[in-house]
Amino acid sequence: MIEALIENVRGIGRRTIDRVWRMGVAAHFFVLVFLHSGPSFRRFHLIIREIFSAGVLSLIIILVSGLFVGMVLGLQGYETLQTYGAEESLGVLVSLSLVRELGPVVAALLFASRAGSAITAEIGLMKATEQIAAMEMMAVDPIARVVAPRFWGAVISMPLLAALFSAMGVLGGYLVGVVLIGVDAGSFWSQMQAAVDFKEDVLNGVIKSVVFGVAITIIALFEGYDAPPTAEGVSRATTRTVVTSSLAILGLDFVLTAFMFRGV
Amino acid sequence: MSDNLIEIRDLSFAYGRKLVLKGINLTAHRGQVIAIMGNSGCGKTTLLRLIGGALKPTSGSLLVDGVDIGRLDQDALYRLRRRMGMLFQFGALFTDMSVFENVAFQLREHTDLPEEMIRDLVFMKLNAVGLRGAHELMPSELSGGMARRVALARSIALDPMLIIYDEPFAGLDPISLGVTGNLIRRLTDTLGMTSIVVTHDVQESLKMVDYVYFVSEGVIVAQGTPAEIKASDLPYVHQFVHGEENGPVPFHYPAPDYALDLGLAA
Repeated sequence: MIEALIENVRGIGRRTIDRVWRMGVAAHFFVLVFLHSGPSFRRFHLIIREIFSAGVLSLIIILVSGLFVGMVLGLQGYETLQTYGAEESLGVLVSLSLVRELGPVVAALLFASRAGSAITAEIGLMKATEQIAAMEMMAVDPIARVVAPRFWGAVISMPLLAALFSAMGVLGGYLVGVVLIGVDAGSFWSQMQAAVDFKEDVLNGVIKSVVFGVAITIIALFEGYDAPPTAEGVSRATTRTVVTSSLAILGLDFVLTAFMFRGV
Repeated sequence: MSDNLIEIRDLSFAYGRKLVLKGINLTAHRGQVIAIMGNSGCGKTTLLRLIGGALKPTSGSLLVDGVDIGRLDQDALYRLRRRMGMLFQFGALFTDMSVFENVAFQLREHTDLPEEMIRDLVFMKLNAVGLRGAHELMPSELSGGMARRVALARSIALDPMLIIYDEPFAGLDPISLGVTGNLIRRLTDTLGMTSIVVTHDVQESLKMVDYVYFVSEGVIVAQGTPAEIKASDLPYVHQFVHGEENGPVPFHYPAPDYALDLGLAA
């Protein structure tokens, strides 16, 4: 009985040490990626390729989701605003929710499940099929050649995708609010223009999406690079990427929001 | 310049506390094809990784072209590796690149050659393995034997002094087997390289190698020319060369008495 209890406590300790250890390894990996980023900027076509596979290939899901989120915001917002006779402010509601929160966060969540999982699976399989080892044997540093271009490609894509998500959302809100329900187009746009501040709202949204992009990508790359070279290992790593980066996005979002909108 | 490209003296290696290689001595002369044989799990792949510098010896010395590879830092190791090639068991081709780009990979990474010259060099290497016509294919469109040959073309892209092969014959049909064996011999001779082949394919490798080392449980138990190996009456070598079920390497994993396990003991 006592032994079982001690063994349990030991197990908790072991797992905690393992987790902390892994976080240390991941941090070291992050630093390595930064230090080895030089060559990918000298050969920018490597990064462009990754912007294509992480960014361009995520466009469909981002654009369609953005449109629908905006349309739902239009409907829900109209319902609520109407009770106060403030339906003219629908543009403000839609655009602020998107630019400040939903754009960066939902786009990042979609990006984590679309591009993050793909990055983990690709790197994990490259490792499992000895492509990473082969590269090392050819005196090519895989961190510089494989990991760093993917990192920068995804980090550059993330804010662009979030911006497109917000733009599509605003369009969706307009379609539902103005075209479908009949809110006045003039006040929809002019109130939006007056209420959305570039620094407070747009820039802070961009900062968020950059931070999310870094978090997702480094988690995805690390999980792939660290995955045991088996089918099971890669599948677990892919799942972990989606789970960990989704939690990281939501946690970071709270922290960033707390800092950014403190005084408002 | 010493006649020996690889000189291994009293090399030991341990994973943690588990000693995998114990006091290995091995020499490869320039221009030779050397085979390292042994049953699965005997430590031969570990030996290969040590020669490639992926692992560092626990004790002893491992000289490649006169340089102790265990003592090199990463930059020096990478410089040495530019003159080495390695053929992985299943080719390890980059699956996101075409055959052409795979072979061009090292040329693009390590040289500033103009595109036309890279093209010519890649075609020459692909022609040497008979796959010039396949340069546009993706690795997923190749058979196992073809993938192995593309990987071979890729590993000779920079005309290395040494190529190490990890199980080059595993999983090949008899035709590809013969083709791969001949290629290893021919490329070694025409390019003036040295080849180290880790394999357990006795018949194919004895046809084309110059010297054989047998590894069992981390030590070299026999060595000699193919003729000497074929004639050897050492029990381990005999069992291995003739593929016998029982001998020094038992069929059964150590287990308690069979009758006891079945509950038949009196």
